[in-house]
Amino acid sequence: MSVGIVSAAYISAAILFILSLGGLSNQESAKRAVWYGIVGMGLAVFATVFGPGSGKLWLVLLMFIAAAAIGWQVATRVQMTEMPQLVAALHSFVGLAAVLIGFNAHLELVAVQAMDETAREALTGFAAVLAHKTGVEVAILKVEVFLGVFIGAVTFTGSIIAFGKLAGKVDGKAKKLPGGHMLNAGAAAASFLLLILYVNGAGMWALILMTLLAFFIGYHLIMGIGGADMPVVVSMLNSYSGWAASAIGFTLGNDLLIVTGALVGSSGAILSYIMCKAMNRSFISVILGGFGATTGPAQEIEGEQIAIDTDGVAAALNEADSVIIVPGYGMAVAQAQQAVAELTRKLRAAGKEVRFAIHPVAGRLPGHMNVLLAEAKVPYDIVLEMDEINEDFPSTDVVIVIGSNDIVNPAAQEDPNSPIAGMPVLEVWKAKQVFVSKRGQGTGYSGIENPLFYKDNTRMYYGDAKGSLEKLLPHIA
Amino acid sequence: MTDAMKIGSPKELFAGEARVAMTPDSATQLKKLGYDCLVESGAGLAAGFTDDAYRAAGVEVVDSAAALWERADVIAKVRPPEPSEVERLTPAKTLISFFYPAQSKDLLEQSSRTGASVIAMDMVPRISRAQKMDALSSMANIAGYRAVIEAGSNFGRFFTGQITAAGKVPPAKVLVIGAGVAGLAAIGTATALGAVTYAFDVRPEVAEQIESMGANFVYLDFEEQQQDGAATGGYAAPSSPEFREAQLKKFRELAPDIDIVITTALIPGRDAPVLWTKDMVEAMKPGSVIVDLAAERGGNCELTVKDERVVSPNGVTIVGYTDFPSRMASQSSSLYATNIRHMMTDLTPAKDGKIVHNMSDDVIRGATVAHEGAITYPPPPPTVKAIAAQKPKEKAKELTPEERRANELAAFKEQTKFQVTLLGVGTVLMLLVGAVAPASFMSHFIVFALACFVGFQVIWGVSHSLHTPLMALTNAISGIIVLGALLQIGAHGFLVPLLSAVSILVASINIVGGFLVTRRMLAMFQKS
Repeated sequence: MSVGIVSAAYISAAILFILSLGGLSNQESAKRAVWYGIVGMGLAVFATVFGPGSGKLWLVLLMFIAAAAIGWQVATRVQMTEMPQLVAALHSFVGLAAVLIGFNAHLELVAVQAMDETAREALTGFAAVLAHKTGVEVAILKVEVFLGVFIGAVTFTGSIIAFGKLAGKVDGKAKKLPGGHMLNAGAAAASFLLLILYVNGAGMWALILMTLLAFFIGYHLIMGIGGADMPVVVSMLNSYSGWAASAIGFTLGNDLLIVTGALVGSSGAILSYIMCKAMNRSFISVILGGFGATTGPAQEIEGEQIAIDTDGVAAALNEADSVIIVPGYGMAVAQAQQAVAELTRKLRAAGKEVRFAIHPVAGRLPGHMNVLLAEAKVPYDIVLEMDEINEDFPSTDVVIVIGSNDIVNPAAQEDPNSPIAGMPVLEVWKAKQVFVSKRGQGTGYSGIENPLFYKDNTRMYYGDAKGSLEKLLPHIA
Repeated sequence: MTDAMKIGSPKELFAGEARVAMTPDSATQLKKLGYDCLVESGAGLAAGFTDDAYRAAGVEVVDSAAALWERADVIAKVRPPEPSEVERLTPAKTLISFFYPAQSKDLLEQSSRTGASVIAMDMVPRISRAQKMDALSSMANIAGYRAVIEAGSNFGRFFTGQITAAGKVPPAKVLVIGAGVAGLAAIGTATALGAVTYAFDVRPEVAEQIESMGANFVYLDFEEQQQDGAATGGYAAPSSPEFREAQLKKFRELAPDIDIVITTALIPGRDAPVLWTKDMVEAMKPGSVIVDLAAERGGNCELTVKDERVVSPNGVTIVGYTDFPSRMASQSSSLYATNIRHMMTDLTPAKDGKIVHNMSDDVIRGATVAHEGAITYPPPPPTVKAIAAQKPKEKAKELTPEERRANELAAFKEQTKFQVTLLGVGTVLMLLVGAVAPASFMSHFIVFALACFVGFQVIWGVSHSLHTPLMALTNAISGIIVLGALLQIGAHGFLVPLLSAVSILVASINIVGGFLVTRRMLAMFQKS
């Protein structure tokens, strides 16, 4: 296959990727969008494998088959509630690949530079590209390799820690080594120093040392971020994996890699921005971990949490005309989405208006709740986002809050001293009656007291979300 | 159990009082707290509780009031004690009853001199925790209900509108003044009977409660006076003369149309305000009814006679009874007894039949008016406020078309400025990079910059609900890094192909896994 045909395939692939991402603007066109992505990827890989510069076809094929088998297994087995972990794990793969490819580029460069003129002329593929580089270009190349490896390495360890936290294998609380962010800053400064050394002729050792430093940064950075901020972390790592791919694209002079990496990178960046805005926090403060310092004592909460039993909830639901359900991470943990869907079906069959209100940061992944509800076959046109539904709470009879806490916390609006002051929240307390399904009286992930639980129109429906909803179902007329 | 304290309830001495402070049900609960219960023979008869019913609940029935006062350690009563009863108190005894310490200074003095503790059920602070022992509310609830029933029995027509074969009946129009507990109960009862109900209160924040009970809130077009109930513990405060005038004017407008007026307006520690004047009564139709729940404190209606039912010259019945709860003695006794029982629960933290008078407890401190020989009234203000302070209403400013246009123009200019600045900075940066970098790098760099731009444009359009599929998809696509490894695997040697092979493996897992998971997720999204 000639260079021209490969380039044509790359252009098609790039356009297909753009269409694929653009197609996610609504649920129906999204189904087509995945196919654009798959075809684009197929074209790109096919053209590269059979184009100039490749080789060892048997090895490539073997790897593809093995990868397809593993990928298939993972993708078909994964539970929808485990989606955040899976996404994080997959990010780490991209990071790892970027590190390895960066190393390769360095090794090739060294090998090529050791050759004499005639041997260089005989080279093909990537090595030939390297052979034709001038002094300045080699310097730039080195910077690119260095950057690619650095971002890849941060992504790799960061994603592994994120995976561990999301899967519950690593403690979700924010943890820092003594020295905190100074350690990160120190490691980054040392990496920069190594970059200068590397560009000026230092060998493989500089690259490897920097990789270790970057591994540490990735680990320490994500360890320092609490579980509630995970949506931002995951989308941030998503962005990094894109930038890593882009940097590798520069190294290899491959435009498709650059384009695709940039698409993924900007996508992740925008997602992070949306998540941060939904929590009313700056990106920096999320990355630096923990909630910002409070400016004064939190408002005293007056009253008590009043519990209610199944009959009480059922009676209120049977009388209500309009119901809004607010799911949160607790629903995912309890695997209660099927019970929620069943409840929705029953209520809708009884002619009641049932809708879902989704806060942008509900769950541990952007859009997590939507996917869970979709899995349980809740029609997506009754699942609304915060801005669409917030005005409707005052005219709603019953709100059921299932396993969410901070996103329905009135302190964000009422208490200027609250750590989440100013964060946009779902105004559930304006409804006539609020039921909160919750395991116990604890304060949840962020440890912030929630005055909602003490309001006069709030009743606490204690118990495991799945269990209590299943108990509730037979009582719904 | 010989050392258990005894709780006793005597027969009420107040003429016509039918309530009793202990019921067989509440006695059962009190015994669970470790107390022995006594009751004076015949105390519950008027409320429908026979001596035998008490005995069946394990209550000892005592023949005389004297014996009961002698033997009981805690005396639970409804009405404030008579001086003769106070004389029977000793330092070790506790009296729980309504007391109205502000109005009965002498009685309070006399009680404190006995050294006994006196807990006034009417002094229980209005905080959420104490709602279960708020006897004023539980009695007001009954009074409100009974007021409507009383009005109905004096009213010659249906409450509800009906169209029958025998003719059309218009619904009765009921006006409830003062939407406290009694007012709200009256509203609920009146609407349940089918009347068209209007309600008025000086506190605008109760409009919502009124409307939630099914009544129409009578809005007053008056700007100045916007009382915040939170400042006064949820009670109404006196209003300015101007406000009062506006209020009376409104009532005067309504009077000819209203069939039944139920007034419940009380201001703590003052005489009831006169809100329904003589001329309003005269403007009403014959056969109309006024029930004045404030009769005890002078009445909201100018013509009210305390404890009596009078008919005005133009045929309007004015009910001034003050014993509404007593007229439903069975119901009110059981609610009041429950209030008392809750008070005892708070006084008996260990559930061992021993009263612990914890004066640092807001509720107990607030309700105790005499303790260990001293007068402990008035109590210090409770440390928790009853109701969260009202937020100042934010004013949505009406923009004129000109202002709106100016705002839009400003926003547009702001946006243009921002974009132009961004473009300018971007161009300068590009030029700087271009000045030093070689041409081969620049061509890639332009591709990169354009791709970022396209990415930003496209991703903003992605629907919120599809963010998880978006991440899975971008994840799969970022597997494109496999191209890098594919280009390197052809190299000579051992290390480079090996590393490339590993890269191809992990990147391909990413591609296959990412796409499959995305498809799985998207297939799940269904329209209803």
